[in-house]
Amino acid sequence: MKEIFSKPECLTDNPLQYCPGCSHGIAHRLVGEVMDELEIMGKSIIVTTIGCSVRCWRNFNIDAVQGPHGRGMAVATGLKRSLPDRVIFSYQGDGDLAAIGMGETIHASNRGEGITVIFVNNSVFGATGGQLAPTSLVNQKTSTYPDGRDPDIVGPPIHVAELLASLPYTSYIAREALTNPRRVLRAKRYIKKAFEVQMHKNEFALVELLGACPPNLKKEPKEALKWVEEEMVGFYPVGELKTEKTAEKETARS
Amino acid sequence: MEKTLLKGNEAIGEAAIRAGCHFYFGYPITPQNELLEYMARRLPEVGGVFLQSESELAGINMLLGVAATGKRVMTSTSSPGMSLMQETISYLASMELPSLIVNITRASPGLGRIPPAQSDYSQATRGGGHGDYHVLVLAPSNVQEMLDLTMLAFELSDKYRIPAILLGDGISGQMMESAVLPEPVKDIPEKKWAATGSQGRERNLVISAPFTDEDMIALNKKLQDKYRLIKENEQRAELVKMEDAEYAIVAFGIVSRLVLASIDSLREKGYKVGLIRPITLWPFPVDIFKRHAGRVRKFLSVEMNEGQMVDDVRLAVNDVEKVSFFGGGGGFTPNPYMIEEEVVKLINNMEGNN
Repeated sequence: MKEIFSKPECLTDNPLQYCPGCSHGIAHRLVGEVMDELEIMGKSIIVTTIGCSVRCWRNFNIDAVQGPHGRGMAVATGLKRSLPDRVIFSYQGDGDLAAIGMGETIHASNRGEGITVIFVNNSVFGATGGQLAPTSLVNQKTSTYPDGRDPDIVGPPIHVAELLASLPYTSYIAREALTNPRRVLRAKRYIKKAFEVQMHKNEFALVELLGACPPNLKKEPKEALKWVEEEMVGFYPVGELKTEKTAEKETARS
Repeated sequence: MEKTLLKGNEAIGEAAIRAGCHFYFGYPITPQNELLEYMARRLPEVGGVFLQSESELAGINMLLGVAATGKRVMTSTSSPGMSLMQETISYLASMELPSLIVNITRASPGLGRIPPAQSDYSQATRGGGHGDYHVLVLAPSNVQEMLDLTMLAFELSDKYRIPAILLGDGISGQMMESAVLPEPVKDIPEKKWAATGSQGRERNLVISAPFTDEDMIALNKKLQDKYRLIKENEQRAELVKMEDAEYAIVAFGIVSRLVLASIDSLREKGYKVGLIRPITLWPFPVDIFKRHAGRVRKFLSVEMNEGQMVDDVRLAVNDVEKVSFFGGGGGFTPNPYMIEEEVVKLINNMEGNN
C-alpha cells in the first residue's frame, strides 16, 4: 500500500494541547512539513516561550529551549551566535512577541539575526483567557475590554509584519491567514522561504500567521475562521511584504 | 609567577576568557563599564562573541541561549540591571544552566549612586527572583580573587549546573592591583544535555516547566538535593587570627580589608580579635561559624549595607544575643578607626556586663 499522507517526522506522537478550531495545530504541521522537506530535523532548535504554545516542545521532534515571556528572539540570538550552522527558530504568539517582547523583537530584527520567527497572531491572549492583545482589532471584545478595543484608550492594533519590514536588515517578512486550504498552502510556502533565508543567507525572516482562537472569540470553530477571514485579513494585508534585505547603500544613507 | 597590574573589572573579563568563556552579552551601567568594554576589545581577539544588548533583559536571555548550548557564557551589570535580570536567573536555575553573572553593585534602592556598597547581599543569596532556588554567590575582596573566583565560578557552575554570581562593588571593580593571571583552562566538561541539534542522538529539551505536576515536584526536589550537596561541599571562608579569637569580625568583599587594618591595631592593644571572611556568600560558610561559635564571645558583622549578612551570621551561630551589626547603606564606607571603636565598645559592654 502506498502511503500518501502521514504525520511529518519532525512532529512527535504527543497529542496537541489545543482547543478545537485552534490554528496552532495547522501552524505546527506546516512547520513540521517544511522541516521534513528541508531535511533539517537534526540541526534545528526551537525556542518556545509562553502562552498556549508554551509546551510545543512536546510536539516538535527536535531539540528545544524555553525562554521567558517575550524574550524568545533574545534567546534565539544567543543560540544562533553560539551555533551559527544550526537552524534556530522561535515560535511566538502576539502577546509574547508584540506586547512584553516588543523590545527584543525590534532589536533582533534590526540586527538581522539569522533566525526564523513563526509568529502566530490570533488577536488575543489565549492561555490567560482572552485579554486584549496588541493585535486585537478595533472594537474587538476582550475580557479586559468587554466593550471592545477603543484605540483612544489603548492605541490601535499593531501591524507587526509591516513594522519589521521597515527595518533595513530584515530579509523576509510575509503574512498569511490559516483560514482555507489555498491560504494554508501559501502559508507553507512562506514558512519554507523563511527557513531557506536563514539556511542560505543567515538573515532574519518572519512569517505572521493569522489564526483563530474560538473559545476566546466566543465563536464556534467555523465562525471563528470566518471572522479571521473577514475581519483580520481585512485589517492585516496578507502576502510577502519583503523578500530581501534593504540595499546596503540605502541602509547607510537612511 | 609574574605579576600584572590590572583593574578589578578587567581582571574578571580576562579570567573569564582564560576560563574558556567566549560569549559575553551586556548593557552599559556604571560602575562596571570597564568589564563590558574589556570584553568588547578582547573577545574578538580570541574568536569569541561580544554583543551589546538592547537591555539587561535581552542580555541575560542571550546568555540563556548560549548556556543552553552548553558553552561558557557571562554577562555583567550593576544593581538595577541585576533586578531586571532576576526573572531569567530564576529560569536559568530551573533549567540548570551554568553561567556567570557579575554584579558590581551600586548603593541604595532605586537608582542609587555609585559609591561602594554591599546592599545586594540579600538579593544575591536568597535567589533574587521567584521560586525556590539558589545561585552560587562568590565575593572577591581583591583583584587576585577577582581572577581566581571568576575561574572557580565557571568551574562550579559547570560542575553543579547552577548559575553563579560574582558580587563586587564600586571600589573592587575600579581599583588596580597587581595579581598573577590564572592559566587558561584546557578541558571544559562536555554537556550531554545541551541543545545543539539532535542529529545522531535523542533530542534534548532545555526547558523550565515540565509537562506534569509530578515532574514539577520532582524538579524542585532535584534542585533542593543539589543545593544540599553544594552546601556540604562548597562552603569557603578566609580566617584571619581566628585560632585564639574571643571576638570575631565577620566581613565579606572590600570591607574585609578595612577590617584587617582594625584587627592589627586591636591585637596590638591586646584584644583577641579575628576575622571570618565568607568567600562563598551562598552557600554561606555555616560550618566554619559552628567550629568557632563555642569560643567566640561575640560576632560583629561589618557590612556596607543596613544589615543583611548579619541574618546569616545569626542563623549560623544560632544565638541572636551573640551577634551584632555595624555598618550602613547608601554608600557609607567605615574606616578602620570606626570599626576598631565599635569592637572596643562591644568588648567593654561584654566585660561590663560580666
